Amino acid sequence: MAVFSRPRQALMLASVLGLAMSATACGGSDDSKNNSGSGDCAAYEQYQGNDGKTVSIYASIRDAEADLLQQSWEEFSDCTGIEIEYEGSGEFEAQLQVRVDGGNAPDIAFVPQPGLLARFAESGKLKPASAETKTMAEKNYPADWLKYSTVKGTFYGAPLGSNVKSFVWYSPKMFAEKGWKVPTTWAELMTLSDQIAAAGTKPWCAGIESGDATGWPATDWIEDLMLRTQTPEVYDQWTTHGIPFNDPRVAAAVDQAGQILKNPKYVNGGFGDVKTIASTSFQEAGTPIVQGKCALHRQASFYANQWPQGTKVAEDGDVFAFYFPAIDPAKGKPVLGGGEFTVAFADRPEVQAVQTYLASSEYANSRAKLGNWVSANKGLDINNVKNPIDKLSVQILQDQQTTFRFDGSDLMPAAVGAGTFWKGMVDWINGKDTASTLTYIENSWK
Amino acid sequence: MTTTPTRPAPATAAAPPGGAAARVRKRLNTRTATVVSIIIAVLWTIPTFGLFISSFRPENDIKSTGWWTFFTDPQVTLENYQEVLFGRTASSGQLASYFINSLVITLPSVLFPLAFAALAAYALAWINFRGRDWIYICVFALQIVPLQMALVPLLSFFSEGVTVGGVTLLPAWGLTGEERFIQVWFAHTCFALPLGIFLLHNFVSQLPRDLMEAARVDGATHPKIFRTIVLPLITPALAAFGIFQFLWVWNDLLVALIFAGGGKQTAPLTVRLAELAGTRGNEWQRLTSGAFVSIVIPLIVFLSLQRYFVRGLLSGSVKG
Repeated sequence: MAVFSRPRQALMLASVLGLAMSATACGGSDDSKNNSGSGDCAAYEQYQGNDGKTVSIYASIRDAEADLLQQSWEEFSDCTGIEIEYEGSGEFEAQLQVRVDGGNAPDIAFVPQPGLLARFAESGKLKPASAETKTMAEKNYPADWLKYSTVKGTFYGAPLGSNVKSFVWYSPKMFAEKGWKVPTTWAELMTLSDQIAAAGTKPWCAGIESGDATGWPATDWIEDLMLRTQTPEVYDQWTTHGIPFNDPRVAAAVDQAGQILKNPKYVNGGFGDVKTIASTSFQEAGTPIVQGKCALHRQASFYANQWPQGTKVAEDGDVFAFYFPAIDPAKGKPVLGGGEFTVAFADRPEVQAVQTYLASSEYANSRAKLGNWVSANKGLDINNVKNPIDKLSVQILQDQQTTFRFDGSDLMPAAVGAGTFWKGMVDWINGKDTASTLTYIENSWK
Repeated sequence: MTTTPTRPAPATAAAPPGGAAARVRKRLNTRTATVVSIIIAVLWTIPTFGLFISSFRPENDIKSTGWWTFFTDPQVTLENYQEVLFGRTASSGQLASYFINSLVITLPSVLFPLAFAALAAYALAWINFRGRDWIYICVFALQIVPLQMALVPLLSFFSEGVTVGGVTLLPAWGLTGEERFIQVWFAHTCFALPLGIFLLHNFVSQLPRDLMEAARVDGATHPKIFRTIVLPLITPALAAFGIFQFLWVWNDLLVALIFAGGGKQTAPLTVRLAELAGTRGNEWQRLTSGAFVSIVIPLIVFLSLQRYFVRGLLSGSVKG
């Protein structure tokens, strides 16, 4: 090309290419994984017969967690000869739709929103789970979970990982120093808040800024309080629009949340007044706890990864979490959570084998052993769960008393659950009253 | 290019002395204008500069204080770069290996449109055939089609082929693994051609007719004219369009995400960069150094071809 005929530019291009080449040469070498393939393959007998086949999996899980995911099925791959091609993307929800429309759907997707799952199921894109997968899932997962991947009586896939959202983070050190006790009832929680506020610190810190998903942490608050002020049945009606969004019972739950979130004496520890909740990012919202400027932060189990480097997350460490107490303990233990479901867009035998394997307790244990993971799988041995917070989450999920409900905004239609609900909560934090906020959301739900 | 033939264009461009253009130029040459432009340049650079400083700060500092505290409490670490370039685990970085993917995607995606657009521009401007103007108008009109509208059809074109009324006109391409680069090249070439043909056509059609006729009289064929006369003369325009296309493809996330996928074999830097922050954004400090790693090549390309860029921009705008 004439453009590059000058020696200086040619040299530049050559040196750039050279740089890139040598850089990759360095980067490519640390691919060696600890090969545990020598283990015995007897456990995988039922998945045999698909040697040399490839199954593609698409999900929103990426980075370090994706590494662990890929490690967790390595032995399965080695033994059965099924190669699993994993791909994680931050634009999962939008991309999945494009790929499915374009006829390029992945074999298996881990869908974290039952609402999205139902949409794919209803448009006939999803393949119903095989009988083996169904049996495996029914054996290992509670019915509370399975109903979220059952659309119009057809079962589409088992849950995989889970998280527990009904947690309040605190600093065990700070509590020990000040002589505070972890509250086990709602009344104790409010007394403790008053006590901390009287001592001169704002007890709660919160933040709902999260890029284009700003508002979601506040929706979790509302859902948690819906579960606490109402019965699980009312909660189900609310998420399926059986009762209007501006029903007085919903308003009561929102006001209950407002007693904390919109109380200038309680928030926003370490940041400022109530309105700073809307501008504080969810990733940083709990940081004041480590700095001693805030005592309580309601956030899901996965917040464990957000603490500053070097923070010890344990019962005797720098931070830990307690169960967000129920208002009326006699009604049981309501738990709000989330998780992803393994659904298939193909029904080839190797795809079904992988789907069944992912529903098994062997898989849950294999993944849990690598750390940083929670699942509602009943066969999960709690001794295989390493992190204290994950252990606590699994205990809560496996507790017989627990009434589990899925994150409501993931069950609602995307226009509401990932749209006006988020936006409404931002307005609400910024001073809009409960009634008009709920009416605004209700009007958007058609 | 060994010799730069003098172009007649500037004579027409600077035609009326003392016209509006000249007055604007005069006004832009004053000292105040210079000061203002320097201030604007500084203001625009500050965020990038802050990001640059941040990329050398330790993770906890990035997350707890602003970059300006660097000046009162300088703490320098190369850890962010170490992490994104050669990261410990398979997915904590290794931008280095995605670098090659980006180059493999970008170079053909720039060269193909350049070649096709130059040929098409020449044909549309200097070869007489029936329907020439209509083709040009169609190409011109295609510029207004947003590429997002073509994503799903193009994807199904690759994965399902073309079937009209049960008759398979084109079978599915069935591209897997590294073959998916072909999809990306194809997509980028398609999306670039309307603008490319339009820009180059403007340029090529301005070449003096005498030159072409003289060559024709001397017995030169179209390929010969294209190679020996047109190509050397439109080099600035080619370079300008090339830079445009290069920056666009290098920075592209959407097309790559859909046609190359996020796998290690084919994903470019941008796709990797978008995932660097982790599932819930807890590792966002990596984005600082990641951004600077991905900026290096476009900077080099831009700075080394900057002359052409400005010249090409002007030539496109003045004629139109």
